[in-house]
Amino acid sequence: MNGPLLLTTIWLLPFITGLAILPLNRDAHQKIKQISLLGNGLNLLLIIFLLLRFIDSAPTMPPGSHASHFLFAYRTAWFSILNIEYNIGVDAISVLMMLLTGIVIVCGILASWPLEKQSKEFFILLNVLVGGVYGVFVSLDLFTFFLFYEVAVLPMYLLIGLWGTGKKEYAAMKLTLMLVAGSAFIFAGILALYFESGLQSFDLSRLALIRFPLAFQLWAFPLIFTGFAVLGAMFPFHTWSPDGHASAPTAVSMLHAGVLMKLGGYGCLRVAIYLLPEGAQFWLPFFLVLVTINVLYGAFCAIRQTDLKYITAYSSVSHCGLVLFGFAAMTFAGLKGAVLQMVSHGLMTALFFCLIGMIYSRTHTREVDDMGGLMKVMPFLSVAFVIAGLAGLGLPGLSGFVAEVNIFVGAYANPATLNRICTVLAVLSIVVTAVYMLRAVNSLVGGPLAGRFALLTDASLLERAPVTILLACLFGMGILPGWIIKLVDNAVHPIFNNMMR
Amino acid sequence: MVEQILNHSYLALFFPLAGFIIIGLGLGRESRKLASAVAIAMATLALCSSLALAWAYKLTVLEQPGLYPDQTLVATRTSWLNFAPGMSADMGVLLDPISVMMLLVVTSIAFLVTIYSIGYMRHDPGFVRFFALLDLFVFAMLGLVLATNILQMFVFWELVGVSSYTLIGFWYEKPAAVAAAKKAFIVTRFADAFFLLGIIVISQQAGGFDFSLLNSPAIATLLNHQVAILGLDVNLLSLTSLLIFAGGWGKSAMFPLHVWLPDAMEGPTPVSSIIHSATMVVAGVYLTARMFPLFAAAPGTLTVIMTVGALTALFAAVIAITQKDIKRILAFSTLSQLGYMMFSLGVAKTTPGGDILVFGYSASMFHVFTHAFFKCMLFLGAGAVIHAVHAGDLEQMGGLRRRLPWTYCAMLTACLAIAGIFPFSGFWSKDAILLAALASGHLLVFAVALVTGGLTAFYMFRLFFLTFHGAPRHGHTDPEDPWMTCAIVILTVPTVFAGGLEHLFTATVIPALPAPLVHSQAAWLPWLASGVGLTAIAGAWALYGQGDLRLATRLCQRLGLAHRIIFNKFYLDEAYLFVTRRLIFAGLAQPAAWFDRQVVDGAMDLCATILQAGGQTIRCLQNGQLQVYLGAAIFGVFFLLTFVYLI
Repeated sequence: MNGPLLLTTIWLLPFITGLAILPLNRDAHQKIKQISLLGNGLNLLLIIFLLLRFIDSAPTMPPGSHASHFLFAYRTAWFSILNIEYNIGVDAISVLMMLLTGIVIVCGILASWPLEKQSKEFFILLNVLVGGVYGVFVSLDLFTFFLFYEVAVLPMYLLIGLWGTGKKEYAAMKLTLMLVAGSAFIFAGILALYFESGLQSFDLSRLALIRFPLAFQLWAFPLIFTGFAVLGAMFPFHTWSPDGHASAPTAVSMLHAGVLMKLGGYGCLRVAIYLLPEGAQFWLPFFLVLVTINVLYGAFCAIRQTDLKYITAYSSVSHCGLVLFGFAAMTFAGLKGAVLQMVSHGLMTALFFCLIGMIYSRTHTREVDDMGGLMKVMPFLSVAFVIAGLAGLGLPGLSGFVAEVNIFVGAYANPATLNRICTVLAVLSIVVTAVYMLRAVNSLVGGPLAGRFALLTDASLLERAPVTILLACLFGMGILPGWIIKLVDNAVHPIFNNMMR
Repeated sequence: MVEQILNHSYLALFFPLAGFIIIGLGLGRESRKLASAVAIAMATLALCSSLALAWAYKLTVLEQPGLYPDQTLVATRTSWLNFAPGMSADMGVLLDPISVMMLLVVTSIAFLVTIYSIGYMRHDPGFVRFFALLDLFVFAMLGLVLATNILQMFVFWELVGVSSYTLIGFWYEKPAAVAAAKKAFIVTRFADAFFLLGIIVISQQAGGFDFSLLNSPAIATLLNHQVAILGLDVNLLSLTSLLIFAGGWGKSAMFPLHVWLPDAMEGPTPVSSIIHSATMVVAGVYLTARMFPLFAAAPGTLTVIMTVGALTALFAAVIAITQKDIKRILAFSTLSQLGYMMFSLGVAKTTPGGDILVFGYSASMFHVFTHAFFKCMLFLGAGAVIHAVHAGDLEQMGGLRRRLPWTYCAMLTACLAIAGIFPFSGFWSKDAILLAALASGHLLVFAVALVTGGLTAFYMFRLFFLTFHGAPRHGHTDPEDPWMTCAIVILTVPTVFAGGLEHLFTATVIPALPAPLVHSQAAWLPWLASGVGLTAIAGAWALYGQGDLRLATRLCQRLGLAHRIIFNKFYLDEAYLFVTRRLIFAGLAQPAAWFDRQVVDGAMDLCATILQAGGQTIRCLQNGQLQVYLGAAIFGVFFLLTFVYLI
């Protein structure tokens, strides 16, 4: 199978899976799930195949290169009047993000196996969403990029509004409105790029060759960056995240926090920073302050939460803040660390939401103060939860440390005083992270077991599958970070060089 | 052969890791026999491979001083984490005198504690889990000890921290154990954040992480300049070295970050023995020794280390006198001894003439060595006592001499060793430390060391007499367990004889320092130290020896407030609770959470409300009633006409 065809198959397959579900009977729950799992499992295999081929065929980029090199590229006119093309290709960052998506969606489908309520619609929407996500990662044309971006964001409204818990309508509405407001910024920015470039083109690679006038960059950069950063939960536009994640059903939380939030970081890097380097140089110190607030403030907010999902959501605010923090550091190691953090946080938070869903289905509460001693009745889930918590606080040997230490080293490497101060604050945040993580972990697994939990059972084999996959990924990335770092190095070099031009 | 051993030096780490994986993932809760077999096998293999490694190191490095002038050999090295071009961190095995010494200490103590635990944990439902976690700890500790660079050390530093966390909270159903585990992790994590910061700063300046690079004089010169930080003039070298030392401050539980260690006694006793006395807590001392050339070059750093060490030594010894729980007394004793090791490094500094008083350095390492054995044994003995009477309170013991004869003899040697009585091992290492303090000219530190030595002898024999002498104050006593007794008896050998190895330390354990070395002698010192120790033991005998506690109780009452303050550990735990609960949780986190919901989120809701209200207002215009539209049109035309007319 040639490369472009492979890429096309990967983003199409979820849509096809969704279509395959469409004619099924509403009550054929098992069949619906099996088809979803089959489609997305196959897709994951394709992505692994893609990754192997990518590693095989990726040339080692000369460190001085300024232009991102996309493999398996293919382009054809789609809507030629406006110069919109079907233009695809991948670099290491997109391949890794696709791999993350593949892993998380397979685990998400496995984790939502018990779901019976309108499962047909649920899985169709879920597949559409995932197809949109893949589309974003393969697109090199800003218009299709944006189109897929919207396809990925909008099903969330229904998924939370219909299958959620708690204040689900409010949460779904808030999430969608805030993200769509961000999208409006992005779309305005993309159109500005389209016209300002003089090319009347949405082609990312061609736009990257243009040196936009400084005055233009100074207003276009914050527009696009903020637009994407809303999805990346940048302070003060993060408040959709706690409510949204808390209300969403398990698989949706996993996908949203694990993958969708990464679209924000991905867009910031791929569009805002890559195309508007001078704007980035001017504005990133300002954003550095905002995201430092993110990192600390998210952690402090998490200390006082009592609902497991809120704790995780605020920890996501803090950890996703680190992604943007790595960008804003404006150093090589910082950018690389940010990309690693996207992968790491995706895996970790997916595991968190997966476990919380499983624990909630047993205890019927998410209040940490109501739980305790679960280690006795569900050792597997408890140990997994402890490991997830340790990954969250950046324990070496798990993926979080690799990403965080790169970000910190990178942030400090920038000699500006502001960077130094922000680095010190961000490093100290690891203590706060330890406080809320251990608080959650301890009150969940430790202490005496309440009588009403005495008869609960541990995870079934089916439930162990997604947890084991995610744990293996966390350990794999944490213990042997070499290959992933080599890939990311290659992709980050041109973006970094371009930013510093 | 030697070549082969050095090439496979990673095996020492591999065996405990394999043990962890096999026991942790492969065995069920009930396969006790298999778990203990695997644990013993792995501990034996690790011990053998580390002995082989030490032998190969001796043949290769120590006997060819021409080839290895700084006695350092990197046996294995593999690239692990790339940061930027030219800056990467490795994983590897570094062999030098102190790492080989620690390697032997860790594996031999791990071996004995494994044997002991089979007896101690026999009836525990978490038997299998215990051995898995113990092996994880040994793996992490060996990785720390053998680290070739500071980032590798940090990686394993965190791993020993987490295995300590899981083992303190081993009995997870006990709220006190869970709380102690969290406290230990967070306090050390607080220190580690600074450690990480120090690593980031120094690696940024040096362009790498290797100890050989960081300790080179060039780096010290590079960093040795003033920088302005928030308006303060700070020496960058001192700042960096203190940041790195902060890691050791927390891990070795120096005052005032010591609060986690006494609470850590909630864990099973074998854990307290290996992690919280013999090996992990000396990691801070080890770090200081490892980075010694850099610290020695930094203005003021060693003075800080010396002060903190001496303060901790005295402070902890004073508290230990008043405590009632056998393990807590030993915990405070560990703190005090760690203080000794720390200030001994602190006094080993450049004398005004530019010479290195290396005696403090070797004395500190020597004390790490002897202390590991006798303190491990004290804990194992205490564990045997607790195992027999099912309680840890000294007031419930007494008269155990006849019931636990082996333990009694073993504890006696260990108490004599820690009290510094000739010819037991502690005598030699304490004497070396006292000599170092004296020779450095810091008479105050010397006085503190001497007084603390007396206090140590006093509280150790208080513990000893209260436990074993006098009339029994308890009911049923279980007999001694053969596994446990075996481990304890073996430990008496190093406890008694380890002092004979002093020449190894003074001859080889020397950091690569640029200045000439001086040694010093004081013939009267051993007499003085022994005199203080023996007097203190006599005092303990007078107060507690006969099992008649009336005198001691009266003394406590006479001291009144002072006794209460000391008994409550100077209320430091309460102070910490105040800071965390009242200031950080209630004063920072609570407002942050409130601000987020009410202000930030409120602003977003406000936007939505305004838009909605705007929509409501405009909606009135589009109400579909023809007469309203017509009226509006007429009004508009009229308005426009008037407007045009007026212009």
